Amino acid sequence: MNFMAVFRKEMLEQWRTYRFLIVAAVFTAFGLSSPLLAKFTPEMLKSIPGVPTELLAAFPAPTVTDAITQYVKNMSQFGILLALLMTMGVVVQEKERGTAAFFLTRPVSRETFLLTKFAALIATFIASLALAAVGCWYYTLVLFEPLAWGPFLVLNGLILVVILVYMALALLASTIARSNGVAVGLAFVALILIGGLGALPRIGDYFPGRLFSWGVTLMMGGNDTAWWAFGISLGIIAAALIIACIVFRRQEV
Amino acid sequence: MSSVHIENLKKYYGTVHALDGLDLDVAPGTVFGFLGPNGAGKTTTLRILTGLARPTSGKAQVAGLDVLKDGRRLSRRIGHLPEEPAFYPWMTPREFLDYLGRLYGLSSSERNSRTRELLGLVRMEDVSRRRIGGFSRGMRQRLGVAAALIHRPEVLFLDEPASALDPVGRKEVLDLIENLRGQCTVVMSTHILADVERVCDVVGIIAKGRMLVQSPREELLERYAVPAFEVEGDDRAALAHWAEDLRRLPWVTAVAPRNGAFRITVRDVQSAKRELLALAVNSGLTLNRYEEVRPSLEDVFLQLVGTESVA
Repeated sequence: MNFMAVFRKEMLEQWRTYRFLIVAAVFTAFGLSSPLLAKFTPEMLKSIPGVPTELLAAFPAPTVTDAITQYVKNMSQFGILLALLMTMGVVVQEKERGTAAFFLTRPVSRETFLLTKFAALIATFIASLALAAVGCWYYTLVLFEPLAWGPFLVLNGLILVVILVYMALALLASTIARSNGVAVGLAFVALILIGGLGALPRIGDYFPGRLFSWGVTLMMGGNDTAWWAFGISLGIIAAALIIACIVFRRQEV
Repeated sequence: MSSVHIENLKKYYGTVHALDGLDLDVAPGTVFGFLGPNGAGKTTTLRILTGLARPTSGKAQVAGLDVLKDGRRLSRRIGHLPEEPAFYPWMTPREFLDYLGRLYGLSSSERNSRTRELLGLVRMEDVSRRRIGGFSRGMRQRLGVAAALIHRPEVLFLDEPASALDPVGRKEVLDLIENLRGQCTVVMSTHILADVERVCDVVGIIAKGRMLVQSPREELLERYAVPAFEVEGDDRAALAHWAEDLRRLPWVTAVAPRNGAFRITVRDVQSAKRELLALAVNSGLTLNRYEEVRPSLEDVFLQLVGTESVA
């Protein structure tokens, strides 16, 4: 009952503070621009006077693969960055402002306080990713060829899982921290740690970043899987949320 | 049964003893003034009683519920106004009170009527659709009072409710608290003695995390009252000379200048009443004021807290 009341307030906050609008606008822009960039980058190069013909020849004719690769690249960079930026202040700012103390004397459990924030962010990012996906699908259709719906849906699902990993870690950082600066620091430590370890050969196969290449392979018709990385990603999300709840329950606000 | 019952409550932050064995009992329906200097432990006590902080040891009950074990049930029975109530700036007062009503499980019609009623009580109907972000401190405080009352709590905790307000804002908030008498138990922490004198029935004075005294206001004033008279006149030099002579009288214990007058502390009130005015008249003094001093809470507070800080 209270979960829905608080969730409703969180959604209203996403809307009134323009968070939803910002995430949706950035995601849609990158969704639309990915096939455009893939298609027109060689054209743009050609139009620049003085570019050596050898270099232009090195660019093969753009394909649908380029559009998908560009889309995944954009989402893996800006999607994650936006997930961190939108999440890392949500708890610590309420602690600093005093709204957390004001509401935690009401019939709102600390778990509800945290999880409704996470749920509202999930809703915002799902809606924004859906807009990006539709934009990317449509422009790819116009500029290249229609994308297979099934694998494209799975690809976006995998992108969402990676975004949720960083969102959950940022929520944990925001819960642990006593000031916004500390929350920012902790969130970026998590980003560097997971990104850095994920780039290592073999070890990287078990990290969330591996889900991007799984998604791209699926789009190309390959049958490569990364179930370990998928399971570990879900595990990180669950662990981060559970630890955040335990820490927050013990914290004096 | 007490509305608030605290036994040997301790709260340590490292080597700092914010509460050092606090005992407190507040009877139902009382407007209780929790008085103490800054840093005495008032806010820490309220934070423990509202579930925001955990005690190091000791027992704390509100409305018969243990604050540590029954936090969920307790939150439905208490109201809390922190010293600086914080709101979501993007909400309007109407939305804010409606949201709180939802948290307490009020029906849609209950929420509507209660929101209207409370906005009227705190005189905010005309700004009910404006965003809270632009509100003054006084408006926020009034909205905080409304927020604390939305679910008709049994016990209301107010932390320094009027300390940062201008005289008009202070009067409004104190009037609101006065109107709550008999509707619920109010525990109000403050360091402003005049506020306590105005609205509280029972006073508890805390210093260094310990309760120095707890008593009905009038009893406290009587218990700690020092019998004294104040005399004020135009001719200060003659008055000073006359006052000095009074020291020789057996029923006079002290003579001290105070705010342009002289305060004469006595050990025998009846003798003083009988002789003091006559002595002044016979000395040819022209008096502007002669009165038996009514003891103030400030006198009691300074006596108690002063003693404590020396100890």
